[in-house]
Amino acid sequence: MIDQNIRSLAQKLRKKELSSVELTQDYLKRINEIDPQFNSFITVTDELALAQAQAADNAIANGETSPLTGIPVAHKDLFCTEGVLTTCASKILHNFVPPYESTVTARIKAAGAVALGKTNMDEFAMGSSNENSYFGAVKNPWNINTVPGGSSGGSAAAVAAGLCVAATGTDTGGSIRQPASFCGITGLKPTYGRVSRFGMIAYASSLDQAGPMARSAEDCAYLLQSFAGFDTNDSTSSETATEGYLASIDSPLAGLKIGLPKEYFGDGLDSDVAQVIMDAVKEFEKLGATVQEISLPNLNLSIPSYYVIAPSEASSNLSRFDGVRYGHRCEDPKDLLDMYMRTRSEGFGKEVQKRIMVGTYALSEGYYDAYYVKAQRIRRLIKEDFVKAYQEVDVIMGPVAPTTAFGLGEKTTDPVAMYLEDIYTLSVNLAGIPAMSVPAGFSNGMPVGLQIMGNYFDEAKLLNVAHKFQQATDWHTQTPSLVKGA
Amino acid sequence: MSLEKQDVQKIAHLARLSLSDQDAEEYQHSLSSVLDLVEQMQSVDTDGVEPLSNPLEATQRLREDVVTEQDRREAFLSNAPQTESGLFLVPQVID
Repeated sequence: MIDQNIRSLAQKLRKKELSSVELTQDYLKRINEIDPQFNSFITVTDELALAQAQAADNAIANGETSPLTGIPVAHKDLFCTEGVLTTCASKILHNFVPPYESTVTARIKAAGAVALGKTNMDEFAMGSSNENSYFGAVKNPWNINTVPGGSSGGSAAAVAAGLCVAATGTDTGGSIRQPASFCGITGLKPTYGRVSRFGMIAYASSLDQAGPMARSAEDCAYLLQSFAGFDTNDSTSSETATEGYLASIDSPLAGLKIGLPKEYFGDGLDSDVAQVIMDAVKEFEKLGATVQEISLPNLNLSIPSYYVIAPSEASSNLSRFDGVRYGHRCEDPKDLLDMYMRTRSEGFGKEVQKRIMVGTYALSEGYYDAYYVKAQRIRRLIKEDFVKAYQEVDVIMGPVAPTTAFGLGEKTTDPVAMYLEDIYTLSVNLAGIPAMSVPAGFSNGMPVGLQIMGNYFDEAKLLNVAHKFQQATDWHTQTPSLVKGA
Repeated sequence: MSLEKQDVQKIAHLARLSLSDQDAEEYQHSLSSVLDLVEQMQSVDTDGVEPLSNPLEATQRLREDVVTEQDRREAFLSNAPQTESGLFLVPQVID
């Protein structure tokens, strides 16, 4: 079943060729047998999933269906799920069972999907390799000696290994697109505000955005359709109306104007990755698109500004983890300050503590203007680069990351080398535009993702562009040899 | 930018983190390298550029000042490490 898409599975379910209970049992069996080598799940909710599958079968029997009814999905472990352990891959939340449901997971549940469990991730979504999890690193299904990317690495690996049909992810600086690229799946980071952040455990509030991860753009469209849109529970949720993401997915690409930023193809980009990207762009030309070089001159500034803004917001957001209301608390604190300090040091991993301290420093008296305000001024310059570019082109294309998936442990001792991996993705979050990663080929047997960036609220266009590419190519249908026939 | 060990301990205190001497030394190097990276910003002239805190430049939406939430005290207390009589219990604050 792992090569089936949502549309064909939904048809089989409606025609009673397959029941959701059978489908769910099949996926739970695969998780049980295959996942120990990848570690992509933190929690598997067998009983709940089978109960939801039975409910889906009942709904189908009563003719009450949506395209997602009975489809098994997985959720990144930073979405609060009522009554289901939600850890954010952190010791400080290792025992947290939320009393409420995030809007994203609630809407997917309301659409009738079956939740198989919660996927592994970098702790508090901080990382580009999925090595910063209290529950251990995730391994890339294409090569278990390499990382799956982060922070939604568990979701990406689970989809790539055929352990769920689709999954949720979140993207603060590339955390959907980079793992999608490394694992050879399709992932979409929507426009900031397009999807509610209610019930998502916050990392950096002005950058975080939830999105779908699946094998194809069409499957991403089904998922996005279910959870995008305004939410009164999120004060930053956009009131801009959603589009029908499947209605225009098959539109021809003739006349599409593609911009290639020259800054994305300079030093640091692996030559094989560059070749894959250029081959993909040629495919778009065959589909009727035209290509022109553009410039995003402030690309290099996205790294320093991101690594001030994101940690600053994180230092504020993570101040709520104090051992008072939920999560880990240290043993026998001698006073309140001792409780705060030991609880947080014991509960947070090293990368999280580092980013909290960077943020605390940037927001402290005497440094606020030089760091935080300066970074926000640069953020505007980055946004203006995109606004200007979209006056000339419809979409922008380039690589997602400078290389394919790197080795486990290869960059853990050099934080700056790890941060430089995000050079092509960070600016998208700073500007708030939507962007996708689409499988575009391989380099030395490892997947390479093509990044497609769109104008504000142009998710339908992005999905259309990605879908037409996937109709003309078969990169998105490739399966890792480790999981074939398993 | 190079931080001293006592700078790291001061930042850790502000962040309510407790660091051992060995941890402080480790963070001294990694925090300094991150701050070196972000120093690149200082070479850019941003005079007259308005800071951008929300990518959509949206302002905070307000709701009507009416109570909409239900009393869920039991549910919210259920995750707390220590409670007593319906309240969160913490170490003594005032002698």
